[in-house]
Amino acid sequence: MSISRRFGALSFLAVAAIAAALLAGCGSSTKAPTAKPVTLTVFAASSLTGTFTDLGKKFEATHPGVTVSFDFGGSSDLVAQIQQGAPADVFASADESNMAKLASDHLQGETPRDFASNTLEIVTPPNNPAHISSFADLGHPGINLVICAPEVPCGAAAKKVAAAADVTLKPVSEEQSVKDVLAKVTSGDAMAGLVYATDVKAAGAAVHGVVFPQASSAVNTYPIVTITGSKNGALAREFMTLVLGATGQTVLAHAGFARP
Amino acid sequence: MTHQRAAAIPRWIYLPAALGATFVLLPLIAISTKVDWPHFAALISSDSSRAALVLSLKTSGASTALCVLLGVPMATVLARTSFPGQGLLRSLVLLPLVLPPVVGGLALLYTFGRNGLLGHTLAVLGIRIAFSTIAVIMAQTFVALPFLVLSLEGALRTGGQRYEVVAASLGAKPTTVFRRITLPLVMPGLLAGAVLSFARALGEFGATITFAGSLQGVTRTLPLEIYLQREGDPDAAVALALVLVVVAVLIIAIARPERAGR
Amino acid sequence: MSFEFAARLVDRRLDVQFSVPDGETVALLGENGAGKSTVLAIAAGHLVPDTGQVSLDGRVLLRVGGGNRVDLPPHDREIALLSQDPLLFPHLSVRDNVAFGPRSRGRSRRASLTEADRWLDEVGAVEFSARKPSALSGGEAQRVAVARAMAADPRLLLLDEPMAAVDVSVAPVLRQALRRVLAGRTAVLVTHDPLDALLLADRVVVLDHGQVVEEGPTREVLARPRSAFAADLAGLNLLNGTWSGEHLRLADGTTVTGLVTGPSPESGGQAVATFRPGSVAVYRDAPAGSPRNSFTTRITALDPLGDLIRVRSKHLSAHITTQAAADLDLVPGIEVSFSVKATEVSVYRL
Repeated sequence: MSISRRFGALSFLAVAAIAAALLAGCGSSTKAPTAKPVTLTVFAASSLTGTFTDLGKKFEATHPGVTVSFDFGGSSDLVAQIQQGAPADVFASADESNMAKLASDHLQGETPRDFASNTLEIVTPPNNPAHISSFADLGHPGINLVICAPEVPCGAAAKKVAAAADVTLKPVSEEQSVKDVLAKVTSGDAMAGLVYATDVKAAGAAVHGVVFPQASSAVNTYPIVTITGSKNGALAREFMTLVLGATGQTVLAHAGFARP
Repeated sequence: MTHQRAAAIPRWIYLPAALGATFVLLPLIAISTKVDWPHFAALISSDSSRAALVLSLKTSGASTALCVLLGVPMATVLARTSFPGQGLLRSLVLLPLVLPPVVGGLALLYTFGRNGLLGHTLAVLGIRIAFSTIAVIMAQTFVALPFLVLSLEGALRTGGQRYEVVAASLGAKPTTVFRRITLPLVMPGLLAGAVLSFARALGEFGATITFAGSLQGVTRTLPLEIYLQREGDPDAAVALALVLVVVAVLIIAIARPERAGR
Repeated sequence: MSFEFAARLVDRRLDVQFSVPDGETVALLGENGAGKSTVLAIAAGHLVPDTGQVSLDGRVLLRVGGGNRVDLPPHDREIALLSQDPLLFPHLSVRDNVAFGPRSRGRSRRASLTEADRWLDEVGAVEFSARKPSALSGGEAQRVAVARAMAADPRLLLLDEPMAAVDVSVAPVLRQALRRVLAGRTAVLVTHDPLDALLLADRVVVLDHGQVVEEGPTREVLARPRSAFAADLAGLNLLNGTWSGEHLRLADGTTVTGLVTGPSPESGGQAVATFRPGSVAVYRDAPAGSPRNSFTTRITALDPLGDLIRVRSKHLSAHITTQAAADLDLVPGIEVSFSVKATEVSVYRL
């Protein structure tokens, strides 16, 4: 998906460049249209897919001639791509550590700003077969608990929360991402899982969510930043403003994100 | 071995052939240049790496054995009998070859998962497959089986039935013929198929992560470990990827089909 | 007890009936496509006819059309098949190949190997015992195949052109091996070579276009074919006599000189001389002082045979050109001399 998107953007740029060269060759009598089409490229954590697509449309509506192109993926993947020279204008990360990697490579256009936060929530199949009502219930044997692996952010958060709650978790599987955890719960093979509040909201009626107080011990903060060397610096900053402003915050809150 | 001159091939064909070989080999070279050699030993000998390697070898071995047990009869039926719908059956059996492994994993989940087709029956019997090593072996067998069936069926067809006919005329019952004539004669094909199956099982990722989950020492095989480490410790991921490549190359080299030939 | 065969297969226009008395060898003689291989395939259980019945030693192996249907699988028929390709199992040693039959019939490994050694000795192949089939020549492999078929102790042996793929120079050795093992055995030998029939079979069944056109004792059919077809096919001059050590002496005292083929006959023992009608020259008067064999005989018939004329006497026939027959002014009833070079005559021990 992300490859084809990027390829699309690249080929568009190539075609535009060739067209421009041809036009220049034809003579100076032809004028370019006044509102030159611009593409703003936003790299964002996959958990932002719904909200940012929505915000992108709103941004395009108020900025005629501007197309917002998204590349959603794991934060670490996106950081690696930016480090390899991917043409991103804006980067929105799901955690602070991945954002910090950009700072060491001097790729941050300014100081990053936190725009949202997310906390863990217990997720169960709709009928909650194991009758989970608290975080302590996750320590019971035989419930087929599935969490993220400690190597990935949602797993690190789960580990932190478990330590804070002093509950020993015995998961049957440590998944690669929250999506994988969610899939195991919706299929019914896992009777409980730990995912983000936004994931529970997005899954709707397919799952049942259980909020627990200890979640506050691992709050995941989402920072956003413009990328050094962006050709659309001004537009990139305007997009950041949209996300941080009232419109952005309403959309994010609606999806289950908390304020930073 | 022989000094016979092979039939000439067009000279130009070397160019695309070399291009193809480069396309396959260059990424392997690239990955070895990315390895953090000074820490290589430490990276691949961590608990999680060792557990993943051992689990991978064990499950791939088990699924190869399962492929032989199920695939030999399947190939025999496909190669030696004819019945209506056989062509369709062959295509279906070979389907995992072309299916994305994730789809295979989903299919297994909907069959053996808790809410799957057989889920209730299995639950009554007290058998839990999801999140167990059995699930890993099943996922690997599912994707690797067509490799064995395909190469063995080819060997059976090429070999023909002349020796079997003679053996039967000497009074050997079908089981004796199968055991003493058919199987030994297709052994090179069977071995080649088993090696392919093992290699496929070793590399299996999509069906495993979908169906079996990922837990150190239980279901997290080497490819899953590599994928996971890529997130947290890319150096370890690269080192493990190289280990996987080396293991695969070793297996294919040791049991390559020409060696198994008569 | 014996082998009884009757089968009809409409789409191959086959309708054949014959029997093999216990302990005898019957040669199925016929040209390619006459239906010989089809008969073998039905007997061995690889082909089911439209109607037919096949029984061996009183046991029904196949019955189609009429009565309860019976179709025993090949391994249950106690019929061993020997084809022109030896088809030794390539992964087994020569000894294990021969031991395969008894082993498959439930004999112990030791007993099977003993049986294998006995039959390898019988065909003169003991020395190959430990070799793999790939290390044998065609003739050697075929001898081992004979031993393997015999070791299975079949009630009936089917031989499908066993000499066809064997080099001419080694054919006599193989033929001798077959003669030894076929003695007293019930067997069906498919061949298009009348010589094989002569040396290996007690009786001959001649097939043409899926029908039996002639059958009877081998020497009778070969020497005095009643049907023109059998004559064309077999048409061999055969002379029986006793071997004097240098030549064959016939009952009427005539001596025949020829080349001994295969093992030398014992002096005073029975032998047979054969030569092809095409190698016979016909004279009105016996040529004097010639190294040839010469037989004075009376012409019984003159048959056109394409461009040739078949000149027949009571025991012999000659093929000569129409022109030569006209020059000699041949007519039935006159006495002529049949002459054949010694090098054209083969002598076999009987």
